Amino acid sequence: MSSLQTLDITQRSATTTPSPQVRTAGVEVAKLIDVSKCIGCKACQVACSEWNDIRDVVGTNVGVYDNPADLSADSWTVMRFTEYEDKEQNHLEWLIRKDGCMHCADPGCLKACPSPGAIVQYSNGIVDFVEEHCIGCGSCVTGCPFNVPRISKKDNKAYKCTLCSDRVSVGLEPACVKTCPTGAITFGSKEDMLEHAAERVVDLKERGYQGAGVYDPAGVGGTHVMYVLKHADKPEIYAGLPANPAISPLVGLWKGAFKPLALLAMGVSALAGFFHYVKMGPNDADADEEKSDSTAAHQEQK
Amino acid sequence: MTNHWVDIKNADVVLIMGGNAAEAHPCGFKWVTEAKAHNKAKLVVVDPRFTRSAAMADFYAPIRVGTDIAFLGGVINYLLSNDKIQKEYVKNYTNAAFLISDDYACADGLFSGYNPDKRNYDNTSWGYQKDKDGFAKIDETLENPRCVYQIIKQHYSRYTPEMVNKICGTPKDAFVKVCEYIATTSVPDRVMTIMYALGWTQHSQGTQMIRTGAMLQLLLGNMGLPGGGMNALRGHSNIQGLTDLGLLSNLLPGYMSLPGEKESNYEDYIKARALKPLRPNQMSYWQNYPKFHVSFMKAWWGNAATKENNWAFDYLPKLDKGYDVLQAFELMSQGKINGYICQGFNPLASFPNKAKIGGALAKLKFLVIIDPLATETSEFWKNFGVYNDVDPAKCQTEVFRLPSTCFAEEDGSLTNSGRWLQWHWKGAEPPGEARGDPEIIAGIFTRIRAMYAKDGGKFPDPIVNLTWPYKIPSSPSPEELAMEYNGKALADVTSPPDPKNPKEPPKVLAAAGQQLAGFAQLRDDGSTSCGCWIYSGAWTAAGNQMARRDNSDPFGVGQTLNWAWAWPANRRILYNRAAADPSGKSWNPRRKYITWNGKSWGGADVPDIRPDAAPEEGVNPFIMTAEGVAKLFVPAGLVDGPLPEHYEPFESPVPTNLMSPNNPKAFANPAARVFKGDMEAFGKPKDFPYAATTYRLTEHFHYWTKHSELNAISQPQQFVEIGEDLAAEKGIAHGSKVKVKSNRGEITTVAVVTKRLKALDCNGTKVHTVGIPIHWGFKGVAQKGYLANTLTPFVGDANTQTPEFKAFIVNIEKA
Repeated sequence: MSSLQTLDITQRSATTTPSPQVRTAGVEVAKLIDVSKCIGCKACQVACSEWNDIRDVVGTNVGVYDNPADLSADSWTVMRFTEYEDKEQNHLEWLIRKDGCMHCADPGCLKACPSPGAIVQYSNGIVDFVEEHCIGCGSCVTGCPFNVPRISKKDNKAYKCTLCSDRVSVGLEPACVKTCPTGAITFGSKEDMLEHAAERVVDLKERGYQGAGVYDPAGVGGTHVMYVLKHADKPEIYAGLPANPAISPLVGLWKGAFKPLALLAMGVSALAGFFHYVKMGPNDADADEEKSDSTAAHQEQK
Repeated sequence: MTNHWVDIKNADVVLIMGGNAAEAHPCGFKWVTEAKAHNKAKLVVVDPRFTRSAAMADFYAPIRVGTDIAFLGGVINYLLSNDKIQKEYVKNYTNAAFLISDDYACADGLFSGYNPDKRNYDNTSWGYQKDKDGFAKIDETLENPRCVYQIIKQHYSRYTPEMVNKICGTPKDAFVKVCEYIATTSVPDRVMTIMYALGWTQHSQGTQMIRTGAMLQLLLGNMGLPGGGMNALRGHSNIQGLTDLGLLSNLLPGYMSLPGEKESNYEDYIKARALKPLRPNQMSYWQNYPKFHVSFMKAWWGNAATKENNWAFDYLPKLDKGYDVLQAFELMSQGKINGYICQGFNPLASFPNKAKIGGALAKLKFLVIIDPLATETSEFWKNFGVYNDVDPAKCQTEVFRLPSTCFAEEDGSLTNSGRWLQWHWKGAEPPGEARGDPEIIAGIFTRIRAMYAKDGGKFPDPIVNLTWPYKIPSSPSPEELAMEYNGKALADVTSPPDPKNPKEPPKVLAAAGQQLAGFAQLRDDGSTSCGCWIYSGAWTAAGNQMARRDNSDPFGVGQTLNWAWAWPANRRILYNRAAADPSGKSWNPRRKYITWNGKSWGGADVPDIRPDAAPEEGVNPFIMTAEGVAKLFVPAGLVDGPLPEHYEPFESPVPTNLMSPNNPKAFANPAARVFKGDMEAFGKPKDFPYAATTYRLTEHFHYWTKHSELNAISQPQQFVEIGEDLAAEKGIAHGSKVKVKSNRGEITTVAVVTKRLKALDCNGTKVHTVGIPIHWGFKGVAQKGYLANTLTPFVGDANTQTPEFKAFIVNIEKA
């Protein structure tokens, strides 16, 4: 992040001092993913890896087209393929959804993050992780209603899609948008994207998809990554896209009554960590811990 | 493509069949999403698998592999029986009215003139009835039982929806629904485009599959119109350029053909190709063949090609048979071809029956590989465990590997599916010692020429006399080569005398030495040279037309005539005179394209007709045919019949061809070439009960991108796809290891169990399909895998010899 980019910050994790106010607020942006135009070619995945200089491992086939099979610190967006059969109508659909950070207006990750300035939100709505401040505690994973952030095993820091905040800040579209061959991903002001989405919904309804609609869930204050879905009435069929995502009540507690306690707990655990470090040496993020984190995230979604 | 990528946005219905554009042509597929979003187009997909294209479709219908002619024949029957054809178009612009010889017949799956011993046809009986002037007879009422319309009606009356269901396994209601979508475009103001690719080409009856699609488009009046046409989606960025420049073994550049061994006489060679019109007033543009041919011979042999020596006609080889890739490997395995220069090609991976290909390569004396990558072919001799289990000690072949540049490391033009020649500039310098292909070939050629000049030889003339005018003889530049294929004037090219002003001196159209403006300036007297007549106009006196980058679209129909350059003559839609009715008015007043303005033809494109041919003259739109109209019935030119007829693939999961159940000769394509020994290598359904097909995935490009890390990450490991019911029958779990066997070999891989492949009921035979993506091998950074062509059969299309990769049989079991 350039130091001037900090002037665009409107929210900062675990910070009570006011954000910079001098700059005029920028336009709220949004990325619109029209699932009805997405062919799942994964060009966006590749563009994301190229722009951000991240490389996942060459994996294996686990019986599906999804590769890499899940988001990771090295894969900030992945295609999720679902074979959905409406048995009554004898109708098969192959639903393909590009998964990644939704850039919530009310970001659960930011609210949950205990480390000052590790998660920020800009005036254009983008939610960004500032890894130099990240302590790798995994609270953002717990706080995210979409199960997006991943902790790197290399440096024990949290990673996710930045909506190419570096590109957007200089007037470019995100890399995935630029590369999408079918026009399934578009980018612009949130207002324009909603307008475009509404046109697409009309077209889909004309084609018989009565449940077509825009996914911009109110439970997180709306999002800066939105979907056009043929079946907006049942988003869960798109590889578990939550119908009513909301920030976990635990995060709410952390921000409210329990905050002093939590801060105390943090202090204690930092201290404990220090002794642990002195006794055992640096920490490796171990697999069990990660698993329990993601299980917790799953439980909280329900 | 008769049309081009951008034009797909003008379609009202898009039929994707014999292709999977969303998978294999993701960038081009954009224009389908445009047609849907902005033209309210409906997308219909017919495919053995529910593909990525099917995921985008308004309607999908399944079909058994290799039965597309039965399906499309059924659609033709539907259109004819339900009066859903565009009659005016059919009557005026096709040969529906032409009368066929009384000797023509089709019975029991065979056409008249079949010779079972030679497995070929004598096509004399397929000809037109002629009048005293040698013109074909016609019946405009279309009622004569010998007219093409009636013959087609009768031929396809057998292709009922019930028969389609029994052969293809497509549920009857799904088939009828597809027919209904297609039939909506039989009215003059609605158009359908057909997008197909190797899903039609790679069958033993591939040419005829494509032809059935073309017949459909003609009956609907969809050829020559924006949003219509027959659109072959080419599988490499420049494979259109390869065919245009004549790299097929029987062709010369610009779709001219090499003489056969019985054509040693120059006049006969020309006469058979410069076809006289079969109807009055027709252009029959191939009449200009001598101009194209002589100019071509001058480009290659310059001063050595003279009128006296028939423009060096004796330099051209006279073919005793086709020398396609299958033939070449057959000859290698017989020890009759001993040396092989393999340029930009990975046949061990990409040709059928890997065991046969590998065995053939091991019999060579030398193999030269020209490629940017270390391909499987270049290491066919090396043991890679189960993936290439060979003994290097048993291979005598000496292999030379010459590293070449890849497309991004060189300047030049690529010809896309839409026939656009787009100039591009290198993005990076090549690594290490890699050299451009022209430099490598020139290096070999100049050395060979020097050897012939020094030592002589059996027939050195074609080699020592080859024109080689390049500034650096060992490294011709792309610019020089492009200017050469465009052509130039060797002497002043003048206009023909003006009949109204015969005394006026002729105008100089191109002065000696000047680049030509187009093929209309070619002459047959040796005063012009041109390496590829259809590319004439690409690099004119005004410079490199392929490098133009003005994307303005003045008519708003996706016609950017100043963006790059398209052959022929920068025309973007072929046969576009057919976009207007016989009187010259647009069929669709809302979408005008090429119309007659009272004096000349004009509109959004370069008219595909003599510009001053008034409609009253009756010059018909299909100017490349001798008939002037499009051929629903093809009297000559195809080896396996004048009309498409359903045949089973050579390996089929069903016991009988239901179209000719009592004639075993007509089970599979009776005129397809099968080499000795290969017939025995076909499997039988009792051992290999499942239909199989190979294909690409969007994450990869052939066998290249497994060398690229990001592609390898996005689709790392080989797999096969099977339906849930087959998986249940065989106890195969999702993501588990399976063994797939054909009569030629076996592979072990991962199973993707899917709802997208369903068993089909084909006349009581339950047909399961095994889908086999092709992209893995034993070289590269992806997980190692078996070459998919370990399994495929060594037989090709009867006309083109394109291998039958899309339909064969296998068995599958838990590994």
